[in-house]
Amino acid sequence: MNTSASDDVSEPVNAEIEQPLLRVENLTKRFPGVVALDDVTMEVRPHEVVGLIGENGAGKSTLLNILSGLYAQDSGTLKVNGMQVTFKGPRDAAQAGIGMVHQEQSLINAVSVAENILLGIEAQSLTAGWYRWSSLNTRAQEQLDKIGSKISPTALVNTLTFAEKQMVEVAKALAVEEEYAGQPVIVLDEPTSVLESDDLETLFAEIDRLRKVASIVFVSHRLDEVLRVSDRVYVMKDGRCVAERDPKTVHIDDLYRLMVGKESSGQFYREDSQVAVRDAAPVLVTKGLTKEGCFVDVDLEVRPGEVLGIAGVQGSGREELSRVLFGADSYDAGQIWLSGKRKRFSSPFGAVRAGIGYVPIERRIEGVAQGMSVRENVLLADCRAVSRGPFLVPRLVNEMVHEWVSKLNIKTPNLDADVVNLSGGNQQKVILAKWLSSPRVKVLILDHPTRGLDVGAKEDVYSLIRELCERDMAIILLGDTLEEVISLSHRVVVMRDGSISASFEAAPGSKPMPVDLIKWMV
Amino acid sequence: MSTLEKLRDRASTVVGLTGTASHQWRSRLINAGPVVALVVLIIVFAITSSVFLTGSNLATIGSQLSILLVLAVGMTFVILLGSIDLSSEGVMAASSLIFVLLASNDRNGNNFGWLAVGAGIGTGALFGLINGFFHTKFGIPSFMVTLGTGAIGLGVATVLFGGQPPRLMDGTLRRLGVASWFGVSALLYISLGVFVVALLIQKYTRVGRYGYVIGGDEGIASISGINIKKYKIGAFVISGTCAGLAGVMASAQLDVGDVNIGTGLLFTAISAVVVGGTILSGGRGGVLKTLIGSLIIVVLANGLILAGISPDVQIAVQSVVIVAAVAITSWPLRKRVRVVK
Repeated sequence: MNTSASDDVSEPVNAEIEQPLLRVENLTKRFPGVVALDDVTMEVRPHEVVGLIGENGAGKSTLLNILSGLYAQDSGTLKVNGMQVTFKGPRDAAQAGIGMVHQEQSLINAVSVAENILLGIEAQSLTAGWYRWSSLNTRAQEQLDKIGSKISPTALVNTLTFAEKQMVEVAKALAVEEEYAGQPVIVLDEPTSVLESDDLETLFAEIDRLRKVASIVFVSHRLDEVLRVSDRVYVMKDGRCVAERDPKTVHIDDLYRLMVGKESSGQFYREDSQVAVRDAAPVLVTKGLTKEGCFVDVDLEVRPGEVLGIAGVQGSGREELSRVLFGADSYDAGQIWLSGKRKRFSSPFGAVRAGIGYVPIERRIEGVAQGMSVRENVLLADCRAVSRGPFLVPRLVNEMVHEWVSKLNIKTPNLDADVVNLSGGNQQKVILAKWLSSPRVKVLILDHPTRGLDVGAKEDVYSLIRELCERDMAIILLGDTLEEVISLSHRVVVMRDGSISASFEAAPGSKPMPVDLIKWMV
Repeated sequence: MSTLEKLRDRASTVVGLTGTASHQWRSRLINAGPVVALVVLIIVFAITSSVFLTGSNLATIGSQLSILLVLAVGMTFVILLGSIDLSSEGVMAASSLIFVLLASNDRNGNNFGWLAVGAGIGTGALFGLINGFFHTKFGIPSFMVTLGTGAIGLGVATVLFGGQPPRLMDGTLRRLGVASWFGVSALLYISLGVFVVALLIQKYTRVGRYGYVIGGDEGIASISGINIKKYKIGAFVISGTCAGLAGVMASAQLDVGDVNIGTGLLFTAISAVVVGGTILSGGRGGVLKTLIGSLIIVVLANGLILAGISPDVQIAVQSVVIVAAVAITSWPLRKRVRVVK
């Protein structure tokens, strides 16, 4: 890919160009091991709805965090009304007229609507440190009036419905106008991901009303919605802004293609060492698995030596599904069968005993036990093989841990080293060693196993996954990118809004295209 | 316009009907439960004991309520943040001795009168400031900081104590400790005054309002540009000041400065806050709930005494009530994989 960014972006879509309200120029942000934003230039014009789309990890969140003053960019400039600005914190962003509606609702339940709308900017309604409630409520009412909401400013937030809370969020974002004389820019971060279709219509009507008083940046991965409400659409991919399009003329397939980009080589993912799955009875089967509000009627089958990839955007229910399979959350209906037996486990403890291992997405928090040695971490899941009665046998422990350290090529000075001091890739291998050293683990759930790893460490994890298949491990994979899921898996199921929308065979040499999958995701 | 409103109404109804039934049930329980429990206790004791509703017994209840209420009201601000203040007993001890030794007493020639009262209360405020400072500045968990400063308070008090309790000789203050106006103990007027001031602070000042915000979600408070440390320190100062005042009140009541003046009150005060419906994880509750909680604790203790149950059993009963109350209020919040520290 890399159609040089400037070619596409500089092509003006609207004939008349007003002074942009907000403009970011050559914005770059690096995190250790990854360039999150790479020379991004975008602008928002008055009374405009700008759509921003891209896969997970494309850089949308980083851009929003810079706009809301939470991160500072490494280089590049922010301009508001043509004036260069620097944000030292969220307050600065608000004072420059940028209001955020966060993806997760950010309201305080135990206080009133008015307090939430004016949180942090109550000052002018205080006399000598004393709240004048009438003044606070009047100011909040002004913001609520802008969106025509009938919610009372004195209502407690925990008495509101979800849709009402969403409107309070919008009013809260609009309150930046109090501190900023001009027209504000309201950023809506994935506002639709949790809404029902009725609420969606409300939201779109809301956006139409909003554009009379503000400009809007609409972030979503549901393309049809973005196309419906936006005047212009920016596409992000791998930290770059790869295209600017007019929703009226663009074809949705073009956007898919831009979001996903070109194929990368299957070599990286060790596709050539993918072995076809033996014809064996499935080791893990779910029937009609349902967790209310998260996923419905999920039927899965994983056979020994098979990698089952689950693709889906945030909110598709796949994260919740993986946690349910590991017993970390409960489910409401359905069955889980392991090796032909129906299992009911109500905790990770039960899942591990039944033979399921889990490599969590939060490696540092949920994966490794910080402050403990490599040896202790490997022993965490199952130490029966190296015990005699209730006692560990040090000789057996050392033999076993040594064996896995050398098998997985874990780079550690010695077995007593604190696992915190290992690199991310080596930590991940320690977690894998923990599960692999237990003879009873037959199914491994890998939740974003390569998140935050550098390229070399990723390759190690990929090789390891291939080896695990040869040992007849059944693997459920939630990957970081579509490419990763497709390349590593024997079969990919796609989840959308809590149910399985499609299923693809992904045998080596006949892998589905990411574009085919993404259609079923959004 | 009208279609839009129709849509909005419909959306609200749909979400309202499906989404939050259990949530509402729970918040109703938290709000009404303590009041119902108090009324039930009063009815039960009024039926089982002929003495319970007599004027003199009610006066006893009022007098027992006064010091506990002051302590618990201060504690409420800290618990609302999701923190805890375990230094109260030590702070009460220190303020008790500092107060008595500065007022007219049988140990030295001091006679600072009301200034001594101020010094006792100020001692509490200082402890609160230290608690808040170390908790916020160095990120030490509040239970650890306050456990430490509480021990310091006991240490200070022990050094000042010097073998035998200094007696308070100031006539005015001694009388204030035992006086009663219109059949109600003077100390209860003071504690109700503290309660009203606390109610106003909670409703009308940033320390009060931000307590809910910070306790509800510190992350949101922080991205809203709120100076979290400042308001946290404020809550600890309120709690310390109340403990200081409680120490002075108890000393005036008993006419002595004593290291053990607050013994047993810490657990009772935390219980009063929690039984009243302020949740230990922070963000919900308030001073009014703490009044109800304090009444429940005091009425329960009083009723058990009237029923002739031994004090040892009373403590056990009280503890069961408290653990049960905490379990009920936090039950819907539990998750399978949630570390409870």
